[in-house]
Amino acid sequence: MAITANPGRADRTAIIRKGIGRRYAAERRFRFFGIAAIGFALAFLLFLFGSILSNGYTAFVQTSFQLDVNLDKEVIDPTGTQRAQDIRNADYTLLARRALAARLGVDTSNRPAMREIGGLLSRDVDITIRRLVQADPSIIGTTVPVWVLAHGQVDSLMKGQVDRTLTASQRRISDQQLGWLDKADAEGFLSKRFNTGLFTYGASSSPETSGIGVAIIGSLFMMMIVVILAVPLGVAAAVYLEEFAPKNLFTDTIEVNINNLAAVPSIVFGLLGLAIFINMAGLPRSASIVGGLVLTLMTLPTIIIATRAALKAVPPSIREAAYGVGASKIQTITHHVLPLAVPGILTGTIVGLAQALGETAPLLMIGMVAFVVEYPTTPLDPATALPVQIFMWATSAERGFVERTSGAALILVFVLVCMNLLAVILRRRFERRW
Amino acid sequence: MSTSAIVLGLLLAGLASYFIGAWRARNLARKTEEKLHSRPGYFGGYLAVWTVLPALILSLIWGGAEHSVVRTIVKDNLPESVQALTAAEQTLVLGRVNAIARGIPNLSDEDRETIKKARLGFSTMDEAQRVLQSRGVVMGSAPAPYMISAAYDQVSYQSTSRWASTGIALVLALGGFLYAFSRMAPKLRARNAVESVVLGGLISASTIAVLTTVGIVFSMLFETIHFFQFVSPADFFFGTVWDPRFSAPGRTGEGQFGLVPLFWGTLYISAVAMFVAVPVGLLAAIYMSEYAGPRVRTLAKPMLEILAGIPTIVYGLFALITFGPFLRDAGAGLGLSISASSVLTAGIVMGVMIIPFVSSLSDDIINAVPQSLRDGSYGLGATQSETIKRVVLPAALPGVVGAILLAVSRAIGETMIVVLAAGIAATLTINPFEPVTTITVKIVSQLTGDLEFNSPQTLVAFALGLTLFTITLGLNIYALYVVRKYREQYE
Repeated sequence: MAITANPGRADRTAIIRKGIGRRYAAERRFRFFGIAAIGFALAFLLFLFGSILSNGYTAFVQTSFQLDVNLDKEVIDPTGTQRAQDIRNADYTLLARRALAARLGVDTSNRPAMREIGGLLSRDVDITIRRLVQADPSIIGTTVPVWVLAHGQVDSLMKGQVDRTLTASQRRISDQQLGWLDKADAEGFLSKRFNTGLFTYGASSSPETSGIGVAIIGSLFMMMIVVILAVPLGVAAAVYLEEFAPKNLFTDTIEVNINNLAAVPSIVFGLLGLAIFINMAGLPRSASIVGGLVLTLMTLPTIIIATRAALKAVPPSIREAAYGVGASKIQTITHHVLPLAVPGILTGTIVGLAQALGETAPLLMIGMVAFVVEYPTTPLDPATALPVQIFMWATSAERGFVERTSGAALILVFVLVCMNLLAVILRRRFERRW
Repeated sequence: MSTSAIVLGLLLAGLASYFIGAWRARNLARKTEEKLHSRPGYFGGYLAVWTVLPALILSLIWGGAEHSVVRTIVKDNLPESVQALTAAEQTLVLGRVNAIARGIPNLSDEDRETIKKARLGFSTMDEAQRVLQSRGVVMGSAPAPYMISAAYDQVSYQSTSRWASTGIALVLALGGFLYAFSRMAPKLRARNAVESVVLGGLISASTIAVLTTVGIVFSMLFETIHFFQFVSPADFFFGTVWDPRFSAPGRTGEGQFGLVPLFWGTLYISAVAMFVAVPVGLLAAIYMSEYAGPRVRTLAKPMLEILAGIPTIVYGLFALITFGPFLRDAGAGLGLSISASSVLTAGIVMGVMIIPFVSSLSDDIINAVPQSLRDGSYGLGATQSETIKRVVLPAALPGVVGAILLAVSRAIGETMIVVLAAGIAATLTINPFEPVTTITVKIVSQLTGDLEFNSPQTLVAFALGLTLFTITLGLNIYALYVVRKYREQYE
């Protein structure tokens, strides 16, 4: 028996020995797949950031001319009475053109040349100068140095986004204009400056005067509404479900509902907002209050789930100690459990707010895709939101909008990453192991 | 006063009555030398609740109902010629009345006179239009006299309603305050009363989730039923052509609303997305929970969290301006013609978006597999990867399936990536290099721009939304059931 068993064991050992190389190879392969998966995700993340950054960083500077504008009394205030209406309606574009022509040494009576000169300047150049004059009418008749925006095409050219070797019609800048631009660039009165307009302007059909100002205010209004409504409601709901709710059909229904709502497509919330808040309750379309309400409903499940986890993490001994000194259930919760759960609730709230801030689809449903020039002063005024502004720019073709789209996306991602980092830091800092 | 002003006033009154209540309770205790049943703050809370709550509930209900009640009254008072119009035209008329009513408070006395004359026929309606336009009321054509009367009516109803609601709120607040004040006594069980109100508040806050679901279902159900009056359900669910035509008032019954091509596109793009997200997400999760040392973990986990935190619009933008053209050029290099917005573009970018979702859920599930199972496998001489493949994954399978189903429901409902990167032509194609469209894309394209609420072109969005909601709801409920059942198994 021993003689027959020994070769069998040797055989088996041999088989195992033979297989071990293959098995280790499989092990290494599997490990490699794991690393490759993480590498793929990392590479895609870098690709994405790289793409947005390379497309968008140019949006933070804007090409401008430094001109010495002669605020000609004849043009602005021919009657000499400084009537507000005259000042409002004066032809400031003409003044800007004259100033640029003078700087380039072009005869102002040469009408075709003047038209070409005008093409170099932003269509909204008059607004800049008008504001200056309206702020201080006493400067009428003097010559003031002003930075005025160049036309979007000029901006694209100066940023190297338009190929100079193209024919004049393809690059939409004539040879003569190109010559002037080179001259201006060489003489230093044409330069790229930090683009404050990106953060302050509203919607515009010219890329150089469009910005995310209105969108920022709209988003802020919405975030305010979400904080005011979703945080108290979410915390209250979570406290009830975690601390009071008996196990019955009613509370089960609520739980299933909350978990489902967290996974319902966001666009469905938009349809809800359209049908209920706009059609039934008669709230205005495009208003940030409707957006805020819709986002509140969307954020609630996130806050409820996070708060419940935070409440669950508070050990029962704390509650029992409070009961032991005679506290009622609500006193126990408000005086002891909730304060200990605050970091968790805060983290969940920030994550929920970050989600709400980046949400686009439901806002399209309630008409936030709007061309809003004026700053909204109340949540009832028409407004847009930051992600919606990105969407609107993304669908327009002009080169100047492409960089603004990516620039706005960069700002949005920056804000969201900051919020998420804040949540991570809060969690690390205040996390308590009981 | 507007509802918000009333609410603000009530909250201030509540604050004041809180302090009055607390002060009164302390006084009572001192005077009667009895021990208070509750701490003084609860007496304050008791008084505040009685002052604020009844009035607040009433004014919120009033404020919510005011709009539709006034609208109904104004509508009923319109002349017979208008009553005979179709619902869509009546909505248009009411919209103009509303616009005029909003402009009326901005008018000067002189303007009012002009409009009055115009209404009585002493001057033309064009004059009235000019006056209104100068006050910010934009109108396409001159208003009819009855519109101005109706607008004046609307304004007067509104102001009556405001006065009435302010008055009633005031009476309720004062009544509540006096009642509660009269009941103040050291023996009053103020804490119990306040706590039961707080508990009621907590319960009603938690029912909002249910109300939201009910709201979603009903709002979409009504519009969908309305839609099915124009288009038969069979044509919608089984139609293979999507061609809604333009939405124009008065033109109904035109266009074809076949769901099949949209449904196909949705499934196709989701399938491509899952093809990317499931292997990558799962392998990443396995590596992180089974192999990775703390250094890799501290680096890779936040990275995946960043991927999860990027808003979908940014993914969509990336697909539109970088990844689509990149795939097109890469395809051209290989001799394939890939259009810039294709199934592949949208699917891959969406897959990347879903990776963190799959990996974080799978991570939890894999971590929940008891260590004893692994130790048993190691004891039999299995390598780490054999243990994972033959023991851990089979044990975690139901949970992983649940996670994948949740991810599928996410892919189906995803909007911004497909709106920007998938195309708008509803085609039935199996070529992954061609554009297709999805349910969500069509909801967006049917509902942006000017809306006409009685045309199938607009209403179809709600039918699509309800379809989407039903699919994702089914997936979610099943997935959550699977995940929960699995969790309990090892607890």
